[in-house]
Amino acid sequence: MFDAFDALLLARIQFGFTVSFHFIFPAFSIGLASYLMVLEGLWLKTGRDIYLDLFRYWVKIFAIAFAMGVVSGIVMSYQFGTNWSVFSTKAGPVIGPLMAYEVLTAFFLEAGFLGVMLFGMSKVGKGLHFAATCMVALGTFISAFWILSVNSWMQTPTGFEISPDGRFLPGPSWLAIIFNPSFPYRLVHTVIAAYLTTAFVVGAVGAWHLLRDCRNLHARKMFSMAMWMAAIVAPVQIFAGDMHGLNTLEHQPAKVMAMEGHYDSHPDGAPLILFGIPNSAEKRIDYAVEIPKASSLILKHDLDAPLAGLDTIPDDREPPVPVIFWSFRVMVGIGFAMLGLGLWSLFARMRKRLYDWPGLHRAAVLMGPSGFVAVIAGWITTEVGRQPYTVYGELLTAQSSSPLAAPAVGASLIAFVIVYFAVFGAGTWYILHLMHRPAVPHEPEHEPVPVRAAGITPAPAIVTGAE
Amino acid sequence: MGINVDLTVIWAFIIAFAVFMYVVMDGFDLGIGILFPSFKVGEERDQAMNSIAPVWDGNETWLVLGGGGLFAAFPLAYGVILTATYPLIIAMLLGLVFRGVAFEFRWRDPRHRALWDMAFSVGSFIAAFAQGVTLGAILQGVQVENQAYAGGWLDWLTPFSLLTGAGVVIGYALLGATWLIWKVEGTAEAHARRLALWAAIGTLFAMAAVSAATPFLQFEYWKRWFDMPGVLATAQVPLLTAIVAFLLFRKLRGGATAAPFLLALALFALGFAGLGISLFPYIVPDSITIWDAAAPERSQVFMLIGTAIIMPIILAYTGWAYWVFRGKVGTHGYH
Repeated sequence: MFDAFDALLLARIQFGFTVSFHFIFPAFSIGLASYLMVLEGLWLKTGRDIYLDLFRYWVKIFAIAFAMGVVSGIVMSYQFGTNWSVFSTKAGPVIGPLMAYEVLTAFFLEAGFLGVMLFGMSKVGKGLHFAATCMVALGTFISAFWILSVNSWMQTPTGFEISPDGRFLPGPSWLAIIFNPSFPYRLVHTVIAAYLTTAFVVGAVGAWHLLRDCRNLHARKMFSMAMWMAAIVAPVQIFAGDMHGLNTLEHQPAKVMAMEGHYDSHPDGAPLILFGIPNSAEKRIDYAVEIPKASSLILKHDLDAPLAGLDTIPDDREPPVPVIFWSFRVMVGIGFAMLGLGLWSLFARMRKRLYDWPGLHRAAVLMGPSGFVAVIAGWITTEVGRQPYTVYGELLTAQSSSPLAAPAVGASLIAFVIVYFAVFGAGTWYILHLMHRPAVPHEPEHEPVPVRAAGITPAPAIVTGAE
Repeated sequence: MGINVDLTVIWAFIIAFAVFMYVVMDGFDLGIGILFPSFKVGEERDQAMNSIAPVWDGNETWLVLGGGGLFAAFPLAYGVILTATYPLIIAMLLGLVFRGVAFEFRWRDPRHRALWDMAFSVGSFIAAFAQGVTLGAILQGVQVENQAYAGGWLDWLTPFSLLTGAGVVIGYALLGATWLIWKVEGTAEAHARRLALWAAIGTLFAMAAVSAATPFLQFEYWKRWFDMPGVLATAQVPLLTAIVAFLLFRKLRGGATAAPFLLALALFALGFAGLGISLFPYIVPDSITIWDAAAPERSQVFMLIGTAIIMPIILAYTGWAYWVFRGKVGTHGYH
């Protein structure tokens, strides 16, 4: 059944599938953990119950997203060994310790304090509970720090030596490995992306409930907070993305050539190709809509600066252009749409119409999932842009996979696809269900209170019934 | 080289510690999952679920440390073992997916509670069984050539590995049942006590069967256990096991609540020590020793510094989280 595929391709599809799914949850939970920390902090500072209500509302959603992030993340920690054992054996001495640090400093922190955060408010008191919430938020950030360091090292490897048997060994300084050239840019760009993703989800939920009742104070608070994030952080993100791109041009020029669609070198000013259809066979962009010399302006800050194209790269060292060309445009397009919504919200705020402008709210609902699409598109751009290497310039993907038979990889791939769609589909449905219900005064706590236990009437039923 | 040798042994003990922590901590979570269908829908099941809801995530993190630590400290072994037991690892991971999400999903969707209860139970069983079979697969050895796995993808499937798989399922059931004796009340506690008795008998049978079969596998296990003067030390393991088993049965028949769980932990610790005696210093029997598989000294030192500082902190706040949720869980969650 899998004879037509080789095990390498199946292993790549499997890794791409499991990591793409996994990435969705941390992209949300990193931002949401910080949002919860802010909400609880504001509640403790101001004493206003609206913040506690919102905290309790979002913590239920966080619990589901976090659980899905945990179980899909455990799969990732074993994918390296199951499908990429040669890569693991060779690169393990360098990136293994970074991942061990992620487990020690981040995963235990998140998991250890999550129980208290979800179930412990009445057990430990406000102060300690807030501390637990902060620890969970800190854990999500530390986790991003280490895993992005690993990811960046694979993109821009530094600080290593090669042993006689071809393994990567750490050099004298771990700082050179951890703070490799692309890491600071990638960290900033990715963490901001997580915050923006969350802001647009929160904004969409707020907008959804404003469309149903524009006097809903909880929805107003959510929407307003989210739109401040959009207006302030979206431009910062576009700037950070630009810096990241310049860093990529310096260290991985072939990736930028593919993003820009530059098959040919441009000795006196390269055009910015807005849209077009990459034609791999003929090595050109068909139907290109372009701005002359604008690419040189963006990348070199000089209209006439020469830019090399993929014709300078050997064919077997080129990344696949069409995928990167498109994923990059999707990401950038969404980035500017986010900026647009942020500016619109500022305009609405100025005209005091933030809470009663259905057009704005509909746009915000529509933009709710946009962060996830942008995050996945950006991730595809950078990872596919790394091809044909796993460790850029050093280790080819084709030389990294496990000595597995195609049927084993193919069968497990099918199992992952079925299970992930079923389980995470259900989880997403439950999250949407929770979001559909408005936040209310005296929002019930997250708590697995037995629904059928005698003497307990489920509070949500009373509240929603009273509406 | 002198220092390097010591670091490698230290790392072998750290990984072993992480795996042991995982086995006992997620062991009782998975055990509760395995026994879950035998508890009555409603109060009994809700109590059982609530008794682990705040801690399961932290418990499962030890598995990531075991896997991640193996990757970091013994990259060669990580690659070889995970390739050799590929279908088992995938099965375990998928089992853990179902088990993990069921904690949240069963509360969010009362209409499909039966479905998620089954996901919880079946997921726990598959994960436990796959872990047990993996243990057997490692003990019976895997084919290694040129520092890579060289066998087929079903080589792990033997009567011995199925025996260890069953053994781990029963052992986890014992941990789960004794945990419930400690944490739940009423009919659920009485039911857990009955289950624990049967699980204890089953665990001892499984331990005896695996112990009896192990020396007859192809390797030097026989010599490790029975040669003089080592036998004077190794003989203490079965002796202590007999004493712990005796105490466990006494406490189960009496009314003790915490003691059965602690004694079940002791039983696991002894079984684990026995496995250590069988394997050390091999990480893949007869082909890869811990020194063959070890990461370079710079990697070991870098991680050891972090582990030495962070591990006590982890143990402290994990202990605190357990302390916060101490005592009987009650029918209304932790309130």
